[in-house]
Amino acid sequence: MPDPVKLTIDGKAVEAAPGTLVIEAAKCVGINIPSFCYYEGLSLQAACRMCLVEVEKAPKLMAACTLPVAEGMVVRTETPVVAEARKYTLEFLLTNHPLDCPVCDKGGECELQDMVFRYGAGESRFVENKIHVEEKQWSPVVFYDGPRCILCFRCVRICNEGMGVGALGIVNRGAVSEIAPNHGDHLECDECGMCIDICPVGALTSGTYRYKTRPWEMEHVGAICTHCSNGCKTTLGVRNGKIIRGNNHDRSGINGEFLCIKGRYGFDFTSHPERLQSPQMRVNGKLEPVSWSIALAAVAKKFGAALASDGRIGVIGSTHTSNEENHYLQKFARGVLRTNNIDHHRSGDVVTLLDALSGTTGSLASTADLYESKAVLVAGADLSSEQPFLAFQIRGNYRHHQAHVYVVTENEVREDGIAAESVRIARGGELEGIRSLAERLKTESELAIVFGDSVKGEAVRDLVAFGSSLGIPVKYVALVDYSNSRGALDMGLVPELLPGYQPSNRPGMTIGEMLDSDSLDVLWVVGANPLKASALRAADAFVVVQEMFLTETAQRADVVLPAASAYEKTGTVTNVCGEVQRLSAGPSTMGAKPDLEIIGLIAREMGQAAAAGPWAPDKVFAEIRATVKGYDVPMPVISAGGAAHTTPVNGRIPVESRPDLIHSSRDTLFTSGTLGRYSRMLGSVMEGRRR
Amino acid sequence: MTFSPQLEAKFAKLLGSYPPGRQRSAMIPMLMFAQDEIGQVTQELVEEVASRIGCTPLQVEEVLTYYSMLHKKPLGKYHVQICTNISCMLTGGTELWEHACGKLHIGHREVAPDGLFSLEEVECIGACSWAPAVQVNYDFHHQVTPEKLDQLLAGLRSANAV
Repeated sequence: MPDPVKLTIDGKAVEAAPGTLVIEAAKCVGINIPSFCYYEGLSLQAACRMCLVEVEKAPKLMAACTLPVAEGMVVRTETPVVAEARKYTLEFLLTNHPLDCPVCDKGGECELQDMVFRYGAGESRFVENKIHVEEKQWSPVVFYDGPRCILCFRCVRICNEGMGVGALGIVNRGAVSEIAPNHGDHLECDECGMCIDICPVGALTSGTYRYKTRPWEMEHVGAICTHCSNGCKTTLGVRNGKIIRGNNHDRSGINGEFLCIKGRYGFDFTSHPERLQSPQMRVNGKLEPVSWSIALAAVAKKFGAALASDGRIGVIGSTHTSNEENHYLQKFARGVLRTNNIDHHRSGDVVTLLDALSGTTGSLASTADLYESKAVLVAGADLSSEQPFLAFQIRGNYRHHQAHVYVVTENEVREDGIAAESVRIARGGELEGIRSLAERLKTESELAIVFGDSVKGEAVRDLVAFGSSLGIPVKYVALVDYSNSRGALDMGLVPELLPGYQPSNRPGMTIGEMLDSDSLDVLWVVGANPLKASALRAADAFVVVQEMFLTETAQRADVVLPAASAYEKTGTVTNVCGEVQRLSAGPSTMGAKPDLEIIGLIAREMGQAAAAGPWAPDKVFAEIRATVKGYDVPMPVISAGGAAHTTPVNGRIPVESRPDLIHSSRDTLFTSGTLGRYSRMLGSVMEGRRR
Repeated sequence: MTFSPQLEAKFAKLLGSYPPGRQRSAMIPMLMFAQDEIGQVTQELVEEVASRIGCTPLQVEEVLTYYSMLHKKPLGKYHVQICTNISCMLTGGTELWEHACGKLHIGHREVAPDGLFSLEEVECIGACSWAPAVQVNYDFHHQVTPEKLDQLLAGLRSANAV
């Protein structure tokens, strides 16, 4: 580490690493230098002139966003000269900018509005007509209003650099410059909305949110996206119990400002008209709405009868429900229903990875590791499409740290563009492709390996053996599909494993075995849709389904209990890297209850409330922290909305590896299992219609 | 898209003139030379250049719309560019411009119906010492008066008729 540079900013002594920009050094001592075009993490633009500061001995004002610190530099950020310069800059920016803030979608959270207010640039000397062009719609989610654009290039840079898409550019010159989409009159891109989120003014607006509310009328709830497994924080703007917007503009959470289309717009399934709002029971062969008490009584009666007659009960859990719900469900199944027939849809071979890594420490990569590791290898996954935040981290690592990226996939992927080397190899052959990179990988100082569902079973052990043979620290991520796929494994929604990967001494049936059994008496499905692809063999089985929608499985049910979505409940979820984060309840849907409460109510109805234990999320999480290996995470981190990295086990997991059960749905940016089918937004963009 | 062997040779030379990975530096000269050959920058040309230098068509579009000497619409055979910046303005450039507009019955960035002439009011072309200056295609004409302009246009018209 070179010696720090000493300088003075507004009379405060500052030490900063050589090369630090004055605007960043100022932040270290709590001085915020205003800027439009400067954006942390993106390339420098120096276009807006807002960050001008006075530097002693410099002949004129300097742009703090491109000025590196120098020894003995004396900077003043808020002198009358500076304030005057900023006022004039704003006067210029407002030359053609409409002054209709009261009806602008950005009003109240507009950086330009804030700056004009701060520097009192209320008067203009321009009397010329403003140049006006009509607003354009580029996709169902992106609108562009040219006159409001202040040409800060943030959207262009986030799309090029952050997303690696490059769908936006700037055409023309001077006062008629404007942002242009990549296909003439429309966009073909990830539809992630990053350009909208990063826009300091009301030039880029969101199709789902625009003109629906004022920002201060919403309650802002920090939720964790319930779609893919990456665990991005999405701050939901909720008004009157309805989600109006999802973004992460405050850069809280592991994902910073990043969100893909699913995190930003995919919340609309919560208010889909087909959302179940009342329990339903099969009466004379037809599902009919009934009250909660009748439905719960019927379920309890049937569960009790099956228990009394030693019947076969199968339980299928969800990859979207919270850790608390999963833990409570398996506890209920194993303790009250006395069965290990509990499973969920497995999408990545985490179990074999943890087993193969037994005896090592620090071998599981966090999302931050993918941003920081000197080298990253992606095997068997189209990361930008299937695990968008992990891809964003790797792109950031390449941009900011010049990380070496290696790609081993069947088809071309976006990561090829930043790869030091790409290997094309058929699915299932990834290990061979990775081995071909051995000599190059040995020259790295560290490595993070991210692998998809085609690397499973023995291949995972071989991969770990290969990693150890490199002689460098190697960390791993076994990719899984959904928001709590990892949590479902950790919480023991597996017939052969209890919570914390403790082997069960009496393994139960897998999903396939339950569906194939001809003697199943009861099937209880919590937030899953196994009957979409398979049939239930036991024709007489009593099927209880907790669901948000009347899925294929719910249609076969004898009792359907309407469940709350992840955005409507509290609890925790664990992302693909094993990071635990808290869900906060934002909106509410009348009639639906969180799965945890539903399971608790079933227990109470059966007279087993004491055995099942309390069903308050905090109580269950306290139990998880106390009993599940790796989950003794610091509460302050969780409570404050942070992410705590779990370290599940460090010892052998003596169960048979089941690669045959592992199958990823390989959802793209525009699909998301059942939830995706009920998100109109995901289906409305042209890229989504091609899915 | 196919070009003449001469243009292809120019392209090959250009693409070899920059270090590996910097081929997009050839964008502006490629567009200029291709425009000279086909008369305008078409969408097809944009896509062709983009694929040859390894960038997106949008990035070519950004450059193309920024530079005023690149034209998306076809120009006349003789593109008459009249400077009205300060030196030329002081020595009669504005009158020259108005004269040309009246003579050719077209305005800024317009093409005469016969396709022979197009007119453009340009910013400084670096010929202030010989103001007012006119540029026809790549040829400069100095200290141009309305009479000299008439002669110039008539000469070009008759040269074309032969």
